[in-house]
Amino acid sequence: MKDLLLVLTQKEIKVRYKNSWLGYAWSVANPLAFALIYFVAFGIFMRVEVPNYPLFLIAGLFPWHWLANSIGAAPNIFLANATLIKKVRFPRNVLVASTVLNDGLHFLLSIPVILGFLIAFRFAPSWSWLIGIPLLALAQFMMAYGLALAIASVNLFFRDLDRLTAIAITFLFFLTPIAYSSSMIPTPYQAMIYLNPIAPLMVSWQQLFLSGSLSWPLLLLSYGYALACLGLGSLVYLKLSSRFAEVV
Amino acid sequence: MTAVRFEHVSKWYPRYHQLVRGFKASLLHLPETLRSFKREQFLALHDVSFQIQKGETVGLVGANGSGKSTTLALIAGVLVPQTGRVEVKGRVCPLLELGAGFHPDLTGRENIVLNGILQGLTRREVLGRMDEIIAFSELEYFLDQPIRTYSSGMIARLGFSIAAHLDPEILLIDEILSVGDLHFQEKCRDKLREIKTRQVTIVLVTHASAEVRRLCDRAIWLQEGRVVGTGDPDSVLARYEQSPCVVR
Ligand SMILES: Nc1ncnc2c1ncn2[C@@H]1O[C@H](COP(=O)(O)OP(=O)(O)OP(=O)(O)O)[C@@H](O)[C@H]1O
Ligand SMILES: [Mg+2]
Repeated sequence: MKDLLLVLTQKEIKVRYKNSWLGYAWSVANPLAFALIYFVAFGIFMRVEVPNYPLFLIAGLFPWHWLANSIGAAPNIFLANATLIKKVRFPRNVLVASTVLNDGLHFLLSIPVILGFLIAFRFAPSWSWLIGIPLLALAQFMMAYGLALAIASVNLFFRDLDRLTAIAITFLFFLTPIAYSSSMIPTPYQAMIYLNPIAPLMVSWQQLFLSGSLSWPLLLLSYGYALACLGLGSLVYLKLSSRFAEVV
Repeated sequence: MTAVRFEHVSKWYPRYHQLVRGFKASLLHLPETLRSFKREQFLALHDVSFQIQKGETVGLVGANGSGKSTTLALIAGVLVPQTGRVEVKGRVCPLLELGAGFHPDLTGRENIVLNGILQGLTRREVLGRMDEIIAFSELEYFLDQPIRTYSSGMIARLGFSIAAHLDPEILLIDEILSVGDLHFQEKCRDKLREIKTRQVTIVLVTHASAEVRRLCDRAIWLQEGRVVGTGDPDSVLARYEQSPCVVR
């Protein structure tokens, strides 16, 4: 089981990027490029007033890209491994876990880049990162895995889910305080933002990176949503997995 | 001791159009969609019962579309029957369709590891047998090329070499030997005879009657998803070869 996860994760890196350094470079370049474009569009042109806006963008975009990459890849996870699924009986959810794990590892490896930017802006990292990062990363893994498992499973039966997923990711991005801060939202909508399951998690990452603080209510809410996603994904998978080989 | 037992097994395949149509169209035509779940099914195996003893070599014969591959997939546990029971005792090594269990973008060597681990071995066990597998396949020269560049015969060679060297208890072979060249077919035959002496149960699907006569202790003849003959290979094949051709 451990070996299966390991080999599938290696395979994932190999198949997606051909070369593991290239994969890492993309996982850094992609959020940085978005940070730059949002900084120009929203920070300079639209004059969004968030203190240290470039840093704020970076603190939110790196974790967001992990989530968005995993969910964006989800519809094709089982399809891309059709030859394996048709042949052998093995726990197919490991394919999803290895995809999410792979994106997660890339995120963790890019934390030094975030650190570099903090230092350049004369911010100091905090000891609270040592507990904060594992706690938030675990919640995010559960959430991304649960959602990706549900999407990957359902997509075998309804093949156009990848388009819907792409739209959903865009919606999710703009409904989450990543390009803007939650304090900019008009009061009547402030609480509503937390109906979005990923908002508490993303806000927690920003707070952790920028001020070294962990808000326990937000963390609790993040875990609540993460468990719900995990439950949903597992339920869908259990219901459908026995028929994967005949529809893949 | 029985290695494989089928009791009144029936297998339907879904024929619903959603697979092509996608999620949006399914929602737009919801009533029709729900109806098609019930109606459009294809009966691939109909009330099939048989037993295979441990150590027995059984040939599965029948026209195209008669349900041979479906039967093997049920034994491998990749498919689940709608009614009836499939009991399998022992570790199954499935050699189903050509290229199944391989990832096209990985090299031959990486695929050997992946394939072995998918079949439940540890990484170390597979690496320990690597040299034997490579030697038997006679593919040293191509081993670091991606599988997608292999010819069908080369894929079959690799697949057979892996399966034969992973100590299977039940070996399922679907048709893949016929794409190997004469030299390799002869080599496979010898290997299968050797495996037979180790009390391995072998289920062989092939359209080459000579193969069944040479290797099998018993033959099972499937026609339109039903067992229409079982027994000594010569008598079953004699009846099968004289039967009018039934392809569906
Ligand atoms: N995934 C699937 N979805 C729908 N129908 C299927 C599926 N797989 C097989 N079938 C149908 O089930 C029937 C039996 O297929 P199967 O592959 O078991 O035949 P076979 O005996 O192996 O034939 P061949 O000699 O051509 O390999 C076929 O008519 C086929 O159309
Ligand atoms: Mg077949």
